[in-house]
Amino acid sequence: MHIVVCVKQVPDTKIIKINPKTNTLDRRSAPAILNPFDAHAVQEAVKIKKRIGGTVSVLSMGPPQAVAIIKNSIEIGADRGYLISDRAFAGADTLATSYALSKALEKIQEEMPIDMVICGKHAIDGDTGQVGPGIARRLDIPPVTNVIEVTEVNHKEKKVLIKRKQINGYEVIEAQLPCLLTVEKEVNEIEYAPMPNMIKAARYEPTVWSVNDLNDVDKAQLGLKGSPTVVGKMFTPPKPEGGKRLEGTSDEQVRELVTLLAEKKNLFNFDVNNS
Amino acid sequence: MSEKFDVIVVGAGPAGTACAYTCAKNGLNVLLIERGEYPGSKNVMGGVLYRKQLEEIIPEFWKEAPLERPVIEQRFWMLDKESVVQFGYKGLEWGQEPYNNFTILRAQFDQWFAKKAVEAGALLINETVVKECLVEDGKVVGVRTDRPDGDLFADVVVLADGVNSLLGKQLGFHKEFRPDEVALTVMEVINLPKDKINDRFNLSENQGCTIEIFGDSTKGNLGTAFLYTNKESLNIGVGTTLSSMTKAKLRPYDLLDHLKTHPMVKPYLEGGESAEYLAHLIPEGGYRSVPKVAGNGVVVVGDAAQLVNAIHREGSNMAMSSGKMAAEAIIQAKNDGDYSESSLNRYREALYDSFIIKDLEKYKDAAHTFEKHPQYFNDYVPMMNQAASKFFTVDGTPKREKQKQIMQSITKEKGRIKVLQDLYRAWKAVK
Repeated sequence: MHIVVCVKQVPDTKIIKINPKTNTLDRRSAPAILNPFDAHAVQEAVKIKKRIGGTVSVLSMGPPQAVAIIKNSIEIGADRGYLISDRAFAGADTLATSYALSKALEKIQEEMPIDMVICGKHAIDGDTGQVGPGIARRLDIPPVTNVIEVTEVNHKEKKVLIKRKQINGYEVIEAQLPCLLTVEKEVNEIEYAPMPNMIKAARYEPTVWSVNDLNDVDKAQLGLKGSPTVVGKMFTPPKPEGGKRLEGTSDEQVRELVTLLAEKKNLFNFDVNNS
Repeated sequence: MSEKFDVIVVGAGPAGTACAYTCAKNGLNVLLIERGEYPGSKNVMGGVLYRKQLEEIIPEFWKEAPLERPVIEQRFWMLDKESVVQFGYKGLEWGQEPYNNFTILRAQFDQWFAKKAVEAGALLINETVVKECLVEDGKVVGVRTDRPDGDLFADVVVLADGVNSLLGKQLGFHKEFRPDEVALTVMEVINLPKDKINDRFNLSENQGCTIEIFGDSTKGNLGTAFLYTNKESLNIGVGTTLSSMTKAKLRPYDLLDHLKTHPMVKPYLEGGESAEYLAHLIPEGGYRSVPKVAGNGVVVVGDAAQLVNAIHREGSNMAMSSGKMAAEAIIQAKNDGDYSESSLNRYREALYDSFIIKDLEKYKDAAHTFEKHPQYFNDYVPMMNQAASKFFTVDGTPKREKQKQIMQSITKEKGRIKVLQDLYRAWKAVK
């Protein structure tokens, strides 16, 4: 069983600042991390490997420093890593990205046939969730999105049983291998990586491919040139109006708060003056 | 059995990284373990990095390290409630090579320093806590981490685990430190535009200023406050010994607030935006608190060995030097194939022969003296302020008469003998 996980290096959007003048992300203000959904994707691949054996590879497109997230993936338990890094890939939207990644997957396929591709549901910097399905379409394999459980993998019969998250509950799906999954965070919990993985990761040097290392690439479909997406406008959502601040002793504040809540809605069924 | 390293260094601060770097550079197989998300993520200092000791490890580091500003001016303030007596030195020679010291932000600097160790060949593992040293037949043979399959083995384990050094305690090298042996320092990084900093501190491009503040900055308790200039932010902080803090029932954040709103300090911070709030213990026990620093298969460096000179705000430089000295002893031990305490005591000898222990020895009574006799901060700083105010106020009194009045007011308040005693005691403590 060979599983390839597609991973992306993203700025940590929990702490990133937005440049108020240009309305773009100030990427220097936040450390670059492994996209959290992708970490769960790697963990799921490692879990499957532990169950039925096989190999887990990770693939990323990005600048040379994206090696860091491949090392993170090795820590989680991936066996090997590939980075495609080239100026020709720069400025890619989801269409160009899925094209480049599918070309890299074809190249990996030559080394070792791929049974499954796993991606995170989306990256936290773009939130589109388009690259995973885009890769599946190009490789002509079924995409299964919003996966919350990989119930069973039957490598011999090339079948996989999956739970997909729906708005009201979940659905159980059987898919053919090879297929592509995009996973939700609920799919697993990231385990605290064992020490041998950490040492392996600290030493690990991934395979780095430039555009010329890939086969049959139409360069017009790569990078900015291959990206039809136009960003119309970027803006910081307006800050919510400041709330009311309660002053005074804690007793007074509590009393005022209770009064306010009682006034706003009939939430409570008691007499404020008796509290 | 897992792989065995030549050296495992616990803690990627200045001491541990200096040691890992030097060992790796000399071809040793080094593992550097850091509990934080990345080196520097949990490390705190006021922000002054001295040039000399790092230069001995990485020549011309200032050409590549993430530094804030070379310090060209050092000011000292004796602060009273609404006044300050100041002195200091500003010299342009400190603004050019080879420099004297720099302000730095540790989160950035420590990452860079650790990267140098990795480039030299050390393996760095983050987010991993070392729970204990593995000891066999009275010899440290490795460490137990909190990760699954987490035991690791090495010829030498370097304890660079910082001020509380739980590992040193586990080995019986030191007891729990007393509250008067550690200072609690709280600080804030306040973002402020570059030109505002330059205007307020009278600086040009790439010039930095440090202010050490005594007296009312700690509400008269044993300790100091500081205000340092970074490129586009200020580091402001204050610390006192834990014992003073408990005795005076001070809350560290109240103390910092008190400092930030002090009329002599506030104008410097006006319009700044608080970016980070940090707090840390500093080992300030000095000479008498230095624990055993070498054992069978183990050495202790940096804060873990209490190597801080509080009087001269030196710590990270001592940490780096101690790390380098430990590395040199380890390299020699490797050549001899002897990792016993007597072999590794070469490190102890080098340490005690260096400026580090000599300086700590010089001030061995200082902290104790000032802690036991709070009048230095409580009484004399306000007195100095009153004296200066009186002396510089032009009110028609002849200057000689003024001097007399000032001397009288000091001796009247304390008594001549008492003043002489205090002076002698202070001199003895720092001579």
